[in-house]
Amino acid sequence: MSIDKQTVARIAHLARIAVDDGAQERLKAELSGILAWVEQLNELDTSHVAPLTSVTGHALPMREDAVSDGGDADTILANAPEKAADFFVVPKVIE
Amino acid sequence: MSELLSMTAVAARAGLAQKAFSARELTEAYLKAADDTAALNVYVAMTADKARAMADASDARLAKGDARPLEGIPIGIKDMFCTEGVETTASSRILKGFVPRYESTVTARLWDAGGVMLGKLNCDEFAMGSANETSAFGAAVNPWQATSGALKGKALTPGGSSGGSAAAMAARACLLAPGTDTGGSIRQPAALCGLVGLKPTYGRCSRRGIVAFASSLDQAGPITRDVADCALMLTAMAGHDAGDSTSLSAPLPDLESALTAGVKGMRIGIPDEYTLDSMNAEIIALWQQGRAWLEDAGAQCVSVSLPHTRYALPTYYIIAPAEASSNLARYDGVRYGQRVDGATLDEMYAKTRGAGFGDEVKRRVLIGTYVLSAGYYDAYYIKAQQVRRLIQDDFAKVFQDVDALLTPSTPTPAFALGAEMDALTMYLNDVFTVPANLAGIPAISVPAGLSSEGLPLGLQLIAPAMREDQLMRGGAVLEKAAGFTHIAKGAAA
Repeated sequence: MSIDKQTVARIAHLARIAVDDGAQERLKAELSGILAWVEQLNELDTSHVAPLTSVTGHALPMREDAVSDGGDADTILANAPEKAADFFVVPKVIE
Repeated sequence: MSELLSMTAVAARAGLAQKAFSARELTEAYLKAADDTAALNVYVAMTADKARAMADASDARLAKGDARPLEGIPIGIKDMFCTEGVETTASSRILKGFVPRYESTVTARLWDAGGVMLGKLNCDEFAMGSANETSAFGAAVNPWQATSGALKGKALTPGGSSGGSAAAMAARACLLAPGTDTGGSIRQPAALCGLVGLKPTYGRCSRRGIVAFASSLDQAGPITRDVADCALMLTAMAGHDAGDSTSLSAPLPDLESALTAGVKGMRIGIPDEYTLDSMNAEIIALWQQGRAWLEDAGAQCVSVSLPHTRYALPTYYIIAPAEASSNLARYDGVRYGQRVDGATLDEMYAKTRGAGFGDEVKRRVLIGTYVLSAGYYDAYYIKAQQVRRLIQDDFAKVFQDVDALLTPSTPTPAFALGAEMDALTMYLNDVFTVPANLAGIPAISVPAGLSSEGLPLGLQLIAPAMREDQLMRGGAVLEKAAGFTHIAKGAAA
């Protein structure tokens, strides 16, 4: 599948990555090339194949529903680019 | 000094036990070696004070006769492992300044076993690359140099993504190095640098505290000088961890006794589909030599077929980017790492990620976002998961008949850094290593010879899930037959 610049802009928005105009043009070609290459999988009939979602086939283990950690806001916030009291700070989202 | 640097970990352990030298002396030798080889750009951070303190603690243990399995052994850590109090960036700008407040399970196990931390090692950004060229710190350089041919005099890649780890090992700037392998990131650099590299069965080593790339494929494993060190190190790294829900609870086989078990009576499969049209004649010859070595030691080698092999790379390049796009969503400029301010929350996210991620990471996150987006999910992502099952089934079928598979590790020896290469050509580096990740099965690369230009070449053994012992049996036989004792020209003396 060949994708256009508009599609590049759309997925860049979905991925929340700022991509300038020149980079969109370059990515259009690169991503189209990769997508065309992975499409060779369509040579295979997989209509009766169950998707593989776990390589080990193990079920996820259960654990006790109990608090095992927490109550340490300073540690959680230690690497935050911006913080105030016990909170992460982000640009205003509600007018 | 050079005597301390030329030992394997097993030999160093014996020397420490016999008081031939102290852990502090061993650590000082490696700290100096790291300084002497700084031009290779392998360490992104040194932790010399920590190393000396850990070495002194090891000497105290050794004096009391209380040594642990890796007591006093100097180890370099790939920058994908979170290390408490030591900056961890996954070689990405977006994590600049991130200092973890906890230790990854794998590195914690290495320190609990007595290992000494020398510092953090360069890698491809978020482990996405096959030449260590996507690192925000710039490429690590392979200490091996071509002795003739077109590559002579050129700086070569150590491979990727564990390129800094493999280059540091080959340069003798550390004695053991844990790597991470999502599509070949331990085995390919090990092969290109003349080292042993092993990717265990999925779930053997805990992923807790390893910067996540593609969670269903990521697995940590050892990079070592020989197969015996590999057994020693994997035994220390592996084990169940409640902090990783995919961690295996089954015990690791006895790897040490497998080292001397030989291959008599083993059946080894030679997969027809691993012969590529474009393949280097030297690699084909080495592969045939490997087969002969195993047969001489009493194994029976047979041709087998893994019919979906050629679909492994395209399958990988849907699944790995899809998982990466999800895993890397956490780098949003809010909780850790770099932030670029914006007028709105969305603008802050987009600017932060636009500035923080490099080109290859952006490419993969965008591909992953596309294949998971509405309307394309079934056509790409589900399709890839279906083909992944066919690939796993191929292995399951041949392992009914054989105990392990023998293949080349890489299609070529090390190539020049800075070579103009499009993404798809770069992806082909992992053509022989990716299938084992997709199937979740263990594989080892063992140095087997030098190319005509004097560069290391590796052979790969692949075993059924949980059978790392088969890799030790075959790997030890290949190692002995190959007698690979060459040292990289750029190694510390």
